[in-house]
Amino acid sequence: MHGFALIVRRDLRLALRRKGDVLNVLVFFLVVASLFPLGVGPEPDQLRAMAAGVAWVAALLAAVISLPRLFAADLADGTLEQLLLSPQPLAVVVLAKIAAHWLCTGLPLALVAPLIGLQYGLPADALAILLASLLLGTPVLSLLGAAGAALTLGVRGAGALAGLLLLPLYVPALVFGAGAVTAAMSGLDPSAYLALLGALLAVSSLVGPWAACAALRIALD
Amino acid sequence: MNWGGVNEFLAMGGYGFYVWGSYGVAALCIFLEIFFLRSKRQKS
Amino acid sequence: MKPDLFRYAAPQAFFPVAGKLIPWFSVLAGVLALIGLYIAFFVAPTDFQQGEAYRIIFIHVPAAWMSMFIYLVMAGWAGMGLALNTRLSGMMASALAPTGAMFTFIALWSGALWGKPTWGTYWVWDARLTSELILLFLYLGFIALKGAIADPVRADRAGAVLALLGAVNVPIIYFSVQWWNTLHQGSSINLMAAPTMAATMLAGMLVMALAAWMYGVAATLARLRNIILERERDADWVRLQRSAA
Repeated sequence: MHGFALIVRRDLRLALRRKGDVLNVLVFFLVVASLFPLGVGPEPDQLRAMAAGVAWVAALLAAVISLPRLFAADLADGTLEQLLLSPQPLAVVVLAKIAAHWLCTGLPLALVAPLIGLQYGLPADALAILLASLLLGTPVLSLLGAAGAALTLGVRGAGALAGLLLLPLYVPALVFGAGAVTAAMSGLDPSAYLALLGALLAVSSLVGPWAACAALRIALD
Repeated sequence: MNWGGVNEFLAMGGYGFYVWGSYGVAALCIFLEIFFLRSKRQKS
Repeated sequence: MKPDLFRYAAPQAFFPVAGKLIPWFSVLAGVLALIGLYIAFFVAPTDFQQGEAYRIIFIHVPAAWMSMFIYLVMAGWAGMGLALNTRLSGMMASALAPTGAMFTFIALWSGALWGKPTWGTYWVWDARLTSELILLFLYLGFIALKGAIADPVRADRAGAVLALLGAVNVPIIYFSVQWWNTLHQGSSINLMAAPTMAATMLAGMLVMALAAWMYGVAATLARLRNIILERERDADWVRLQRSAA
């Protein structure tokens, strides 16, 4: 546990030194969400119907562009190899990095998303469900994202490639997350969707780190 | 036998475009795959 | 005396075996396809609701089945290569991917052409077509990753992790797309529902599926041979092959 906390603190410290990177992702999220009305028109009912999907898709895209940060910097300065060689189990290292990544990316996204909901005219209870769905869903994006980032480590065109690999895998989170909000708006009970998101989180927390560890070893052997 | 003649067969009850469009593109894909496999083989 | 099957795990040993197998599978594929097409066009009766357009089912469904089957087989070979460190398994996975992607494309194309006369639009966001589209993206991602990594050993192993990740997720994705579809459809009409299956229709689909399977094996073995020649090109036996040809 001590190693876990150390790595989380280290990654957070590094992220705070480069606040720009973290803020870029957040601003990207807001910009993308603001583009849709410009594309489809400001009609309030249409926007309200689209809101959940737009917020979620923007979150997926923001997650994808934030991923290179996860391993690339450590690869460049040799830290990653050190981490692999350390007595710390690699799974702990990866989980710690994912946790730090989520704290800098997913969590801010989830907290800011209600603003987008307001832009799109979502009612208060839907805003709450949007927040909840993203709080549950963004860790999934980070967990699976780590696998994508590790698989494309050091590869030419890694950013776009990781996106291509991850976006199909993100579909269940998108469906359940946006679905929860849409259900709440139609007066249905969103708890089934949130429960499914929870199940997805459980599965991803096993599958994602496994794949990321395997991919890191493959990349650095 | 379902068909009263070649013309009926090709027309597929008015849906000829869709039916032959499907089978035709499938045949084309298979033909292209075989073609590329063979040409790659000749090259090596 | 137990036959030493593991010796065929070496690309050099399997290369001639694959070469001998290809004609058999090709002929099987051809014969089965002729039988299947005969059933599809001359035995199966006209559908009451959809008219002759429903005959697309005999290419659409087998292609969809093969697209999913090949993905699982591909993930299986990739996983085996990862676990046992056998080069040939990774090459098998690479050989399977383009054929699998092709079947996925055929399923999507024929699905679109089936949708137009039956439901009025070329693309319908129903569960099966949407899942097939995502499967196509999974195939393309696998092919892209393998292509982007220069070192073939690393490419094989990374591809294997991706294929396994995809295989684990495919049921989840399929389930979520089904869920999404019923949510937005209200009453869950399966837009690509086949007409009530007469025995002849089922027989036709099965024969076509077998034909597609045999073809898939033949095409994959042919591609495997090309991949072996490419990857082992510095080996003596390949140089001998080339100078003999």
